[in-house]
Amino acid sequence: MINGAQVLMESLKREGVERIFGYAGATICPAVDALAATDIAYTLVRTEQNAGHMASGYARMMGRPGVCMVTSGPGATNLITGIATAYMDSIPMVAITGQVQSYLLGRDIFQEVDITGACAPFTKHSYLVKDANDIPRVVKEAFHIASTGRQGPVLIDIPIDIQQQMIDPVYPDSVDIRGYKPSVKGNDVQIKRVAEAISAAQKPLLCVGGGLFSAHAQAELVALCEGARIPVVTTMMGLGLLPTDHPLNLGMIGAFGTPTANRALNTTDLLIIAGARAADRAVTSPKEIASRTKTVHLDVDPAEIGKNFSTTVPVVGDVKVILGQLISHRPRAQSDAWIADLQARRQAEPRPAAAPGAGSVTPSYLMHALGEKLGDDACVCVDVGQNQIWAAKHLPMKHGRFLTTGGLGTMGYSLPAALGVKAAVPDRQVAVVCGDGSFQMFENELATLKAMDADVKLVMVHNGVLGLVHQIQFSSYSGPFGVDLTGSPDFEALAAAYGIPSARIADDGQVDAAIDAMLTQSGPYLLICDVDPMATTSST
Amino acid sequence: MTQTISVLVENRAGVLNRITGLFSRRAFNIESLAVGVTDDKNISRITIIVDSGNNVVEQVEKQLNKLVDVIKVRTLDEKKLIGRELIIVKVSTSTKTRQDVANLCQIMGAKIADISSTTMTLELSDTPDRVDLFESLLRPFSILEVARTGVIAVQKGSGKI
Repeated sequence: MINGAQVLMESLKREGVERIFGYAGATICPAVDALAATDIAYTLVRTEQNAGHMASGYARMMGRPGVCMVTSGPGATNLITGIATAYMDSIPMVAITGQVQSYLLGRDIFQEVDITGACAPFTKHSYLVKDANDIPRVVKEAFHIASTGRQGPVLIDIPIDIQQQMIDPVYPDSVDIRGYKPSVKGNDVQIKRVAEAISAAQKPLLCVGGGLFSAHAQAELVALCEGARIPVVTTMMGLGLLPTDHPLNLGMIGAFGTPTANRALNTTDLLIIAGARAADRAVTSPKEIASRTKTVHLDVDPAEIGKNFSTTVPVVGDVKVILGQLISHRPRAQSDAWIADLQARRQAEPRPAAAPGAGSVTPSYLMHALGEKLGDDACVCVDVGQNQIWAAKHLPMKHGRFLTTGGLGTMGYSLPAALGVKAAVPDRQVAVVCGDGSFQMFENELATLKAMDADVKLVMVHNGVLGLVHQIQFSSYSGPFGVDLTGSPDFEALAAAYGIPSARIADDGQVDAAIDAMLTQSGPYLLICDVDPMATTSST
Repeated sequence: MTQTISVLVENRAGVLNRITGLFSRRAFNIESLAVGVTDDKNISRITIIVDSGNNVVEQVEKQLNKLVDVIKVRTLDEKKLIGRELIIVKVSTSTKTRQDVANLCQIMGAKIADISSTTMTLELSDTPDRVDLFESLLRPFSILEVARTGVIAVQKGSGKI
């Protein structure tokens, strides 16, 4: 006989779990105790939300669910933002929460919250375990649900008495959930229609999103766009699917996208959306586009098809499999003239240039220089706000990853995600791009960064305001209010307090040398770049 | 226009919460909802009437299908469904009006479930339209209390979901 917590750990090990991000508390103590006796690595965060973000960064690199584990009540409610972020970005995650004794549920006792109820809108599924004998099945199902179909977070809430219940566990070998059978293969007839449409098209366009990363379909994307001669635009979540300088990559679409990408979207005669929900930020007028052009939507989630975009040909299934099926038809578009025109426009787009002597750093130039200097497979974790837009627009991608939260847009995502990335792939170069606002949302995780002694380089765009809101208030409201970050610490002194070296620059003339100096250091490092608060996301 | 959606779900704690929660957060309006266990005690059938444009029903169906506890979802053809609702209504009666109410029950095929010196409690199971009609015909007698179940429905003919 072993207790429920030990059963939980054994079940996690059977799912291949090697690391848990968490924060202990009273009701999760049996699980933490059982964890200590295993070889599963544990990372202590400084607030529970970031256990979610770390599990997200970890999952995005590992291609399987990240695991976070926190206590009941406030631990669980703090984790909600992490869970919701993973849900909106379709990141596989298994979140485990402690809960008060099952026989006291509903009495509002100390640190009790209905966390499965609270998380219902943004978990793919959730379990409240009321018998330890269910733990092996629940864990197996949770990993299956989180990592198949459209990926997402699954929550397992386990009362402390269930963690302590002594049982003889039976571990299932397989999962059978009658209400959950995601499609894998695309419908052959529909695939054939898509292939024919491509071959007939003169102005085809592939619009790809984060779903292609989830499906590990990068090789298929390259084979399809090159083989069928289709230019590619991406959503923010799809940045990095192709290198920025790939001849068929037109960049990001949307309000903050490249002129060429948006032009292509507005003039295409066959729009193929793959692994993207093409929400409001990416496509501002879906009705207009759908009324004018033929649209194909390839997605693992049938509910995405027709939700934001009406579709001529829908194909549901695993995007990697669908693209493979499509490639086997060897479609080839009549697109040479269209590609030549778009490539010429792409070439003519203004490039970020340094403006030395201005007394502030030009954000576009900073991002450009950073991307150029980072290694070939670097992972850049990008926060939310102006820093995110600048990085998305100007940071050239090679064969690395651009990891941000395009769905929920949670400030403070970047550093915890980067720590998850570093835990997953310790040998890869990892950089964080953030603002002075978002920095102060993850500031407490500098301790985790230090504890891990992780080689993560932080680049802070520092302008003393909540830049994107500041910008919107100037353009659309009566002017800035409540966005001045007065009271912010001396960030260099703060980094020093954590034992993290830093530097501060205030001119484009210093950018190259400062980035070089940062990248040659080993271990964590903070580079603070003073930016004009009036610089906007549209200035280059 | 309304449409009737029949949903087979796992008969487990919390399932109804997931379904109603989905309706509220996706901003779908429920006109009526009725739940009961099926011949398989592990499966419940939920009959939901939604106010709809066609797109809404398609999204409702797809979002319901995404719930792990949902086994099957089917939008029923309004022309080919048998939909019934049960109403229990208590009306105030006197010796003078009692016979009129009894006549109405006979015409509508309703039963008298209970009677007291000052009230009659009636029950009728019928299509929602006829239940509405019955209720409106009773209104002049002063209705004290009404309980309606919401519609349950199955498809006509040999087909099943």
